[in-house]
Amino acid sequence: MALPWASSARRIDDEIVLAPDVPAVRIDSVSKVFGHAPHAVHALDAVSLTVQPGEFVCLLGASGCGKSTLLNLLVGLDQPSAGTLEVNGRVTLMFQESALFPWLTVFGNVDLALRLRGIPKGERKAEVERLLEVVHLRGFEKKRPHQLSGGMRQRVALARALAQDADVLLMDEPFGALDAMTRDFLHEELERLVQERHLTVVFVTHNVREAVRLGDRVVLLSSRPGRVTAEFPVDIPRPRRIETPEVGVLSTEISQRLRAEVRRHRTDDIHAD
Amino acid sequence: MLTEPAATELDAEISGLDSLDLAGAPRASFGRRLWSSAWPKLLAIAIFLAIWQLVFWSGWKPSYALPSPSSVFTRLNSEWSTIIDGAALTMRRALIGFGIAIAIGSVIGALVSRSRVLRSAIGSMITGLQTMPSVAWFPAAILLFKLSEGAILFVVVIGAAPAVANGLIGGVDHVPPLLVRAGHVLGARRFGLFRFIVAPAALPAYVSGLKQGWAFAWRSLMAGELLVAVPGALTLGQQLQVNESLNDATGIYAIMVVIFVIGVLVDTVIFGNLERFIQRRYGLAAAND
Ligand SMILES: Nc1ncnc2c1ncn2[C@@H]1O[C@H](COP(=O)(O)OP(=O)(O)OP(=O)(O)O)[C@@H](O)[C@H]1O
Ligand SMILES: [Mg+2]
Repeated sequence: MALPWASSARRIDDEIVLAPDVPAVRIDSVSKVFGHAPHAVHALDAVSLTVQPGEFVCLLGASGCGKSTLLNLLVGLDQPSAGTLEVNGRVTLMFQESALFPWLTVFGNVDLALRLRGIPKGERKAEVERLLEVVHLRGFEKKRPHQLSGGMRQRVALARALAQDADVLLMDEPFGALDAMTRDFLHEELERLVQERHLTVVFVTHNVREAVRLGDRVVLLSSRPGRVTAEFPVDIPRPRRIETPEVGVLSTEISQRLRAEVRRHRTDDIHAD
Repeated sequence: MLTEPAATELDAEISGLDSLDLAGAPRASFGRRLWSSAWPKLLAIAIFLAIWQLVFWSGWKPSYALPSPSSVFTRLNSEWSTIIDGAALTMRRALIGFGIAIAIGSVIGALVSRSRVLRSAIGSMITGLQTMPSVAWFPAAILLFKLSEGAILFVVVIGAAPAVANGLIGGVDHVPPLLVRAGHVLGARRFGLFRFIVAPAALPAYVSGLKQGWAFAWRSLMAGELLVAVPGALTLGQQLQVNESLNDATGIYAIMVVIFVIGVLVDTVIFGNLERFIQRRYGLAAAND
């Protein structure tokens, strides 16, 4: 990616010559302000976070704390107000709503990702079929997005994201609107894919159990302005299941922390009034 | 649906869920669909003819002002070849004028929707043009092009092009931002973004603009053919004009029926089906309607 801040970040790497491997994602004191002075919204305030290659990081935080904003900055849809971001390798973002193109079939949606990557026509058909195989959607090539269920649409979106052959996969509450069974299935699929392809993942969710089920590390963001307030390494061996007691224990601990965060906000607001 | 024999329990469950999701009503056969879309229209025509006949029988107006339906259709039958020749000339003008309007409207629409300066400069002017009754253009058109084909085409184009341009501008304006962002994430930029994301997303609104443009073109053309007599061209409008000057009531109504039928056919058969096809493809309409 030709990001304007990438060069300065590389300079930092050169200084720390001994650093053994380059992080996949480095977010350094990033702030984001929307709008101007009287009506400015401080979506992010000096957020710093480093993600190692192959790491699966889950971002948790209350609604409006800037999680989507952070992912948008990472994928280059928006520019930070201050600080530097660095992503090493190709990056893609999977949206909360599948964001499939309604005028294209399932096949066409995945194919477009390959086409925009510059893959020649002759190679694309087999590759699309392979990717649809991965998300268990062979036989649905000719369907259009509106003919699919929410879970199937998210799987097409996942296939489309995989078609970009990205090293870093950013996911913005991708499974938020799905029923439990479909979600469990997609968790398994994602876990398998991440291991197979050595993907780095930043996964935003509201669901604490989902974060613990998937993440190597769970990062808590505070609200307005968004800041990193706590981090929890998840040492539960894989493959995991969302209903196991270990997942439950850690989820409870994180939930309590999250609630304390929200309570702190309420008292803040009361004082501010 | 499942290809691997060693599928896990969850895999089996998921494909079970998938097939549940997809179980929809089978589509009706072509003949049945044709009939279900045609009968309300046929009924409407029958009711219309019945009312006409009743009014005729009531003697509300003398038959030289309001002839009976049967006399009009007899007349249509006897002058069929003249009418068809006139209709062919008229349709040729309509297609040329509408074609030019599509080209000009699309280019202007594309430019205006891409540029903020152009949009604030001429965006509202286009809407203003659209509200201008086409008959009001004729004096100027005749000054510019004399009593010629050119004057008629000018008014047709100026009547239809703004609707086409507005359809495209409206479509581009209402492209869901999420889809543009998705396109950006997939690596589409500038022209690629327009070609792969913005243009297809704007297509339904563009087609609505075309449909509206056709209605304007057809109306302007009829006004033009009545007002501007080009020697030697016995178009539908001119036949109407001649019949009027001869006080020939059945002739007048016969031509009106033809004008109406052409307008309805193009609107429903061509644009109606095109719109429905696009809406179904884009998931904008219920799948089984
Ligand atoms: N384009 C924008 N213009 C103005 N304010 C914005 C914009 N985008 C986001 N914001 C504001 O920034 C804050 C963070 O928004 P963001 O969408 O990143 O939150 P989030 O953590 O993703 O929330 P959720 O969990 O509900 O998706 C919100 O207060 C929002 O109102
Ligand atoms: Mg969000």
